[in-house]
Amino acid sequence: MGMTLAEKILSAKAGKSVSPGDIIAVPIDAAMAHDGTAPLMIKSFESMGAKRVWNPSRAVLVIDHVTPSPNEGSSSLHKMMRDFAKKHGLILLENEGICHQVMPERGYVWPGAIIVGADSHTCTYGAFGAFATGIGSTEMAAVFASGKLWFKVPESLKIKVEGSYPEYVSSKDVVLHVIGEIGADGATYMAVEYVGEAVKQLSIDGRMVLTNMAVEMGAKTGLIAPDEKTMAFLRGRIPSDVDVKAFEGDNDAHYADELHVDVSSLDPQVALPHSVDNVKSVREVEGTPINQVFIGSCTNGRVEDLEVVARILRGEKVKVRTIVIPASREVYLKALRIGLIEMLVEAGCVIAPPGCGPCAGGHLGIPSPGDKVLSTTNRNFKGRMGTSDAEIYLASPAVAAATALKGEITDPRRLK
Amino acid sequence: MMILRGKVWKFGDDISTDLIIPGKYKFKTIDLDELAKHAMEGADPGFASKVSKGDIIVAGKNFGCGSSREQAPLVLKHAGIAAVIAKSFARIFYRNAINIGLPVIESKEAFDKISEGDVIEVDLQNGLLKVERTGKVLKFKPIPDFLMAILSDGGLVEHYKKRGKFIWE
Repeated sequence: MGMTLAEKILSAKAGKSVSPGDIIAVPIDAAMAHDGTAPLMIKSFESMGAKRVWNPSRAVLVIDHVTPSPNEGSSSLHKMMRDFAKKHGLILLENEGICHQVMPERGYVWPGAIIVGADSHTCTYGAFGAFATGIGSTEMAAVFASGKLWFKVPESLKIKVEGSYPEYVSSKDVVLHVIGEIGADGATYMAVEYVGEAVKQLSIDGRMVLTNMAVEMGAKTGLIAPDEKTMAFLRGRIPSDVDVKAFEGDNDAHYADELHVDVSSLDPQVALPHSVDNVKSVREVEGTPINQVFIGSCTNGRVEDLEVVARILRGEKVKVRTIVIPASREVYLKALRIGLIEMLVEAGCVIAPPGCGPCAGGHLGIPSPGDKVLSTTNRNFKGRMGTSDAEIYLASPAVAAATALKGEITDPRRLK
Repeated sequence: MMILRGKVWKFGDDISTDLIIPGKYKFKTIDLDELAKHAMEGADPGFASKVSKGDIIVAGKNFGCGSSREQAPLVLKHAGIAAVIAKSFARIFYRNAINIGLPVIESKEAFDKISEGDVIEVDLQNGLLKVERTGKVLKFKPIPDFLMAILSDGGLVEHYKKRGKFIWE
C-alpha cells in the first residue's frame, strides 16, 4: 500500500517505513521559539543543565509577538533572548516579522524537512512540503539540547479542493469552511493533506493560509506537496547543502477520511465569536456593526493579502479603525515598492511594524470592552486579542477591506 | 503521585489556552506566582483564589486548544491543580502537561459521572478513578509507559537531570 505525504517524510527521516500510531524519534532540521515561548524555553534549558545548542545555525529565536516592546516586562524577556542567542551563537531575528513568515523567507524551511516551533502555527511550513508542528517550551529546550524529538506518526486526512476561485473567494474561505464542517477538534492529532487543482492554483501566499489554520481543526500539521512554485520561492533562500525531498501522497495510501471542497460555489466565510468553527457565509452576517478591522498575522499578512485590500480600498476611505500589519520586512518592502502601502495610508489605514500585532493580545490595537473586531487572523477565542469582553470575527482580507469601508460586515462582491 | 485524591472543578468543551491563561500576561513575565493568579481567568474569574492544592479539573472535549503556550498547564499546576481529566485534549497541551509534570487523563465518561465538588481518587498507574460520593469506579486508559516515565520523574527537566539523556535518545 502507498503512503501519505506525512508518512513519506517521517519514513525518510526515521530510515524505515512507518505507519500511523508508531512512536519514532527523528532528527530535527530547524527549530524556532519566539518571545511568547523562548523565555520559558531558556529557563528549562538552563534548569536541565544543558550546555550547548545542538546546531546554532538551525536554532532560531524570533522576537515578533510584542515588538518593539510596549513595556518593561516584555523588554526584560527580550533581553533574556538576546543574551541567550549571544551566548550560544544563535540566530536572533528581531523586528524582521512574524516567525512563520521569516522562517521560510530566510531559508529554514524546505520540502522533506522536519521543523518544530514553540508556536502552534508552526504547521504553516507544511505549505512547502515540510513536516512542521508546534511544541511547548520545555520540549523545545530538549530539542535545542539534543536536536531530536519523538513523534507519534499521525493518521492523515485528505482535503481535496477543486474548482476555480470566484472573485473575492480565497484560501481563507476554504479553510474556514472546512473548520466549520469538521469542528475545532475534527482533525485532532492528524496530518491534514491538501490536494487538488484549487490548491495547485494557489500562490505560496495562498497555500500558507491553508496549512497555517490546520491547527484550528486540532491537526498536528497541514501539508501541501511541493511543486515548481514552491521551488521558485525557495531558490536562493535555502542552503545549497540541505537534503530537499519533494514527496507527494500516493493515490493508494490510507487516509482516515477524505473531504471535498468545490470553491466554485463557495461564498466568503466568516467565523463568529468565540470559536473558529462557528462559521457562516458572509451573506448570513452582513450588516453586523464592527468597531475595528485588523488585517495582518501569519494567516493573512502577505503581499497577496495587502493587494486585495488595496484594490478594494483604493480611492476610498475606511469608516472604522483599520490596522494593517505586513507579515515581515520583506512583505513590507515589496508592498511599499509596488505602491500598496501608499494606497492603504491614503484610505485611512494605520500601518504598524511587521510582527504579530494585536492578534495575540500583546499590543498595537487591543480592542475596547464591548468592541466587535473583524480580523484576518486565525483565532477568535474569548480574550484572544487582550480584552475578554470583545468579540472577534474572522474572515479573509477581501471581507475585511469591504467591512472597513462600510463599518459593518460586508460581502466584497456587493461593493460594485 | 501515582494515586491522587482531590476535589473536582468542572469546565465544559473547548477550554482554550486563552481562557486558561490569556496571552497578554505571558508576554510580560515568566514568574509563575504572578501568572498563576490568572489561572482559568477567562472561564471563571476568581478561580485562582478558590482552588486548593490537590484539586482536579474535569472537563469536556478539546481541553487546551489553541496556543502552544506551556504557561497553560504550568499555571494550573502552580495554582494547585493535581490533574486534568477531559473527554479529549488538544495535542500540544497534552504533551506540555506531561513535560511539566501535570497528569492528564482522557476519559469519555468521567464528565457525565462526576459533579462539581465531588471528591475523586485517581490511580494513574492502573487507570482507575473512584467517585467517593457514588462509590462508582471508572476505568481509563493509563498514560503510555514512556510518557509515564517522564511524568513520574516530575517532567522533562527533572527527567533529564536524573537520567542525563532524554527517553527517546
